[in-house]
Amino acid sequence: MPEQSYVAIIDYGMGNLFSVQRACAQVGRRGMITSSREELLASEAVILPGVGAFGDAMATLRRLDLVSVLRDIAASGKPLVGICLGMQLLMSESEEFGRHRGLGIIHGDVVRLQPSIADGRTLKVPQVGWNHVVPTDGATWTDSFLDGVMDGEFMYFVHSFYPRPIDPHVRCSLTTYGPTTFCSSLCRGNVFACQFHPERSGPQGLRIYRNLAAHVLRTLEGIRS
Amino acid sequence: MTIRVIPRLDIKGPNVVKGIHLEGLRVLGKPEQFARYYYEQGADELLYMDVVASLYGRNSLVDIVERTSREIFIPLTVGGGLRTLEDIRTVLRAGADKVSLNTAAIRRPALIHEAAQRFGSSTIVVSVEAIRKPDGSYEAYTDNGRERTGVDAFEWALRAAELGAGELLVTSIDREGTGKGFDLELTRRIADAVSIPVIACGGAGTVEHVREVVTEGHADAVCVASLLHYHAVKQWGLAGDFSEEGNIEHLKRRRGFSNIQDSTPPELKSALLAHGIPCRSAVTESAHA
Repeated sequence: MPEQSYVAIIDYGMGNLFSVQRACAQVGRRGMITSSREELLASEAVILPGVGAFGDAMATLRRLDLVSVLRDIAASGKPLVGICLGMQLLMSESEEFGRHRGLGIIHGDVVRLQPSIADGRTLKVPQVGWNHVVPTDGATWTDSFLDGVMDGEFMYFVHSFYPRPIDPHVRCSLTTYGPTTFCSSLCRGNVFACQFHPERSGPQGLRIYRNLAAHVLRTLEGIRS
Repeated sequence: MTIRVIPRLDIKGPNVVKGIHLEGLRVLGKPEQFARYYYEQGADELLYMDVVASLYGRNSLVDIVERTSREIFIPLTVGGGLRTLEDIRTVLRAGADKVSLNTAAIRRPALIHEAAQRFGSSTIVVSVEAIRKPDGSYEAYTDNGRERTGVDAFEWALRAAELGAGELLVTSIDREGTGKGFDLELTRRIADAVSIPVIACGGAGTVEHVREVVTEGHADAVCVASLLHYHAVKQWGLAGDFSEEGNIEHLKRRRGFSNIQDSTPPELKSALLAHGIPCRSAVTESAHA
């Protein structure tokens, strides 16, 4: 099994899947770009990437018949990682261009970043660029998907919307953009998601992939022994 | 928010080149070598601009993007000669994160909307290349400043933003490669009028020029080439033989460009931080994680 083992990178027509695949390769895992239910179920971990519009993305996931399998994977204990739009899709609903239901794996909604003016200049939306991630009050990243990432480290963001999980305990990191402080990554058991792009965030971002790889190896060894 | 520092690599065939007013190209080295150096030096993104793709084929560009994206884990924008959705898809498949459109978009603006719909707004950067006219207005140019369009650059920038561009790359052709500083008025007029980020390009000769275009030009990101390239070249000297591929006299003589003060990404960022301009500080540990 280990030699055919792979991380499934869900191809639903959105985003740079190749940079996700290369980040997997960089940490020694094979990334398989796929939209097949069977291949998701047979994988060692699943990554839901994404750039683009929430409504279109959900419509595509429904058309590909991937909604229920993603909920099953979230409940199964297999690592499920949502990146950028992929994080937002895990939520219950979004207000992006009307109301859209999400996967409902994490309770909460997705709302728009508010443009604002500071020091005589407009704070642009989308946020495009590097911003700090800090732990939530009293939290530590040890043994989490952010293990080894420095408190306050910069990650690369491209987004106009952000998720608001209802349960504050799932929040892993916070990020502040202008007047808004939002949940920039979340974790609940086997489910991890981040609004930033770890595969585009340099060596610190690759740590998250390395932590995912370590998690996968522990699980595979558990199965073998 | 942080201000992004984006090294711009002008690519001709297999080489990084640099010119003045986007003409008179000089060979500087190989793109992969520059890309790795800038990644390790804490550059925030990279921009590859194929400066002759509007005129010739671009297979080698796709190969270069493919090789670069295997080892560089920061965003890579690729532009130059992309005309169709299929062209965009090809460079994204090779590993680019964003594409920069100019000539094809100005000929058929609907391409911006179609590309934003298909690949997401944040993937589509529209490049506005402008030349200042005697009356103080700016005209948009295409084909790396070779062809005039008769279109007002400011109007075109607003239109591109409305059509769904995720960012605007605003280049002053007058300043490009001169080291005389960015066109602050051009940058500020556009940056203040659109809600999307504006990347200022063309003219950086000193660290002070970069500070100015952020504080006075209201740029959200800065593209720099000569300011960083010559220092990079000096670091590793001249490897390989480019004598068949273009003018290399400047490299053999190891002479800097007039008007250009060499700098490095960490030095540039330290200077910005010292002026209270937020930016991602240089990566302290090895980038070979």
